[in-house]
Amino acid sequence: MARAIRRFGWTIAVYVLFALLMVITVFIKPDYGSFEWNTLTLAALPLAFAAAAQTIIVLSGGIDLSIGPLMALANVLSLSAMLGHDLNYSVGVALVVLLEVTLAGALNGVIIVVTRVPDIVITLATSFIWAGLALLVLAKPTPGIPLDFQNLAQGSTFSPWVPNALLLLLVIPLIWIPLRRSRAGLAIYAVGSDRNAAFRSGVNLGLSRVLAYAVGGFFAACGGLALSMTTGVGTPLAGTYYTLSAVSAIVLGGVSLAGGRGGMLGPLAAAYILSLIPAVLIYLGIDPNYGQMIQGVLIVLVVMIGGLGVVLRRA
Amino acid sequence: MSVRVVTAVRLVQQRSILVLIALLVALAGLIEIIRPGAVNANWVSNILEFAAPLGILAAGQTLVVITGGIDLSVANVATAAAYIMASQAPFGVTRAIIAGLLVGVAVGLVNGVGVAVFRVQPLIMTLAMGLVVTGSLNVYSQAAIRSVPGVPAVIHSLGSGTVLGYVPVSLFLWGPLALVLIVGLRGTGFGRLLYALGDNMEATRLAGVRGWQVLLANYAACGLLSAVAGLVLSGTVNAADLSLANILLLPSVAAVVIGGTSIFGGSGSYSGTIVGALILTVLNSVLTLLDVNDAVKQVLYGAIIVVLAAAYTRVLGHD
Repeated sequence: MARAIRRFGWTIAVYVLFALLMVITVFIKPDYGSFEWNTLTLAALPLAFAAAAQTIIVLSGGIDLSIGPLMALANVLSLSAMLGHDLNYSVGVALVVLLEVTLAGALNGVIIVVTRVPDIVITLATSFIWAGLALLVLAKPTPGIPLDFQNLAQGSTFSPWVPNALLLLLVIPLIWIPLRRSRAGLAIYAVGSDRNAAFRSGVNLGLSRVLAYAVGGFFAACGGLALSMTTGVGTPLAGTYYTLSAVSAIVLGGVSLAGGRGGMLGPLAAAYILSLIPAVLIYLGIDPNYGQMIQGVLIVLVVMIGGLGVVLRRA
Repeated sequence: MSVRVVTAVRLVQQRSILVLIALLVALAGLIEIIRPGAVNANWVSNILEFAAPLGILAAGQTLVVITGGIDLSVANVATAAAYIMASQAPFGVTRAIIAGLLVGVAVGLVNGVGVAVFRVQPLIMTLAMGLVVTGSLNVYSQAAIRSVPGVPAVIHSLGSGTVLGYVPVSLFLWGPLALVLIVGLRGTGFGRLLYALGDNMEATRLAGVRGWQVLLANYAACGLLSAVAGLVLSGTVNAADLSLANILLLPSVAAVVIGGTSIFGGSGSYSGTIVGALILTVLNSVLTLLDVNDAVKQVLYGAIIVVLAAAYTRVLGHD
């Protein structure tokens, strides 16, 4: 029991924080209903995927500053190909976009492994490339994602309290759980935790890192498609917000930026927390511009408390 | 590391600056080929003028990267400093400039406290502070003033004026700053401590250095330099809006990396960063001359940074 708390303590704390925030929200807005809950799941969907993408890459000891532009790329690719088509065609397009952007993510990893330039530098540079490509595909924001495709996320097929946007998150465990239990997933943790030890244990470093970036690319593509579904618009600059917010979400979610430590559950709750804050501000009648500020302060406080723990333990 | 190895590494590093300068000259040559007669005194003057804000912003970034950190709030700080300077201008130019610079120092100090005292990873700390700064600035802009403030004449001439027809005024700020940084990094105890902390923080601490004080001062200096860069930039474009310097965040890191400062800390120089900033500015000028649209420009820009960084890592052979 004590071991479980030590191991999952941070994740539990994040969920408690989220629950606390939800209670406060209901307190502030007594008529909080399924509609507001649906709005929250819609707002959190793209960020949750972005956080998932960043999580797996950071677990492998890397960091991807091009996640936002990758999402934007998936978003505009889907719009330009879906415009004026029906649902079946759109789903086909979505699968192709997933493949394309997964390859783009993998390319990030390949460049990093081959050139041996630090992750942060390469993904900073490729963020220009993906953003430029997104602008090439679509010069300005354009609406026109087919309504049936939008409804995949916007409707509530089963119950108003279980909106589709919540169910779509199941894509993450569908990929993540088998991966984590496989040899390849273990290798990703190993590479992120101690590269030398992983190498001496016979882990193929390059392959594991490229795999992490490829899966990251896949989740970023899901995030881009989520943007298409939740907004109905293709926006070449949509991604800028998500690169930084994804980092915020994984830090809040207890993933160590040093790599090798953390899981997927924390960042998902963190994505919901970060999406809930602006909504709460609106319910309170406060200028939503404070949202960014509060998000920043929240992250600073969380990491400082975490850092204080480390300092005290050392002393 | 033996003295001989150190000398050899230093030689390669010095040569790599020559390689960078050669690249700079080659890019200028490319422009001359594309449009004969384009490279003249006027062009050089323009390049220096546009490189100055980036060069000063990248100066702060260089200081932080040498200690093994990174500052992702430089662009937000520059924007905030310029905006607050402009909004305070009606109350007197001196007060406005001091207010702008104070923003930089204050944010730098908070970054420093987080990184040095609370041991927060620099990436997270500065990222979060960037959010706080931008959020606060948005709130401030709506609370304080409705219209986009104008830039005082002094700042405008600092950013875009010229002396003797060709020498940009900002060079008289950037030049001495660069000299102080280059000499200071090599020749002073503080400068050497930055390299030491970046190389091995634990060893430096065990050697009796109060690392946190050095880091704190260093982040404050980075904040101050970012604010200066923001003021100069607002003079160059003669406006201060809420996203003034945001496009310079990635180039500020790129200039440092291209200039040969290791992102892991412990090695590098400001002279390299200067050449890096010049290369990026000239590159921009090449792409503008080729008349490619913005999207293609971005793709090429990113690709070239990848190639430069890769080539650099290969040449120097360090990870």
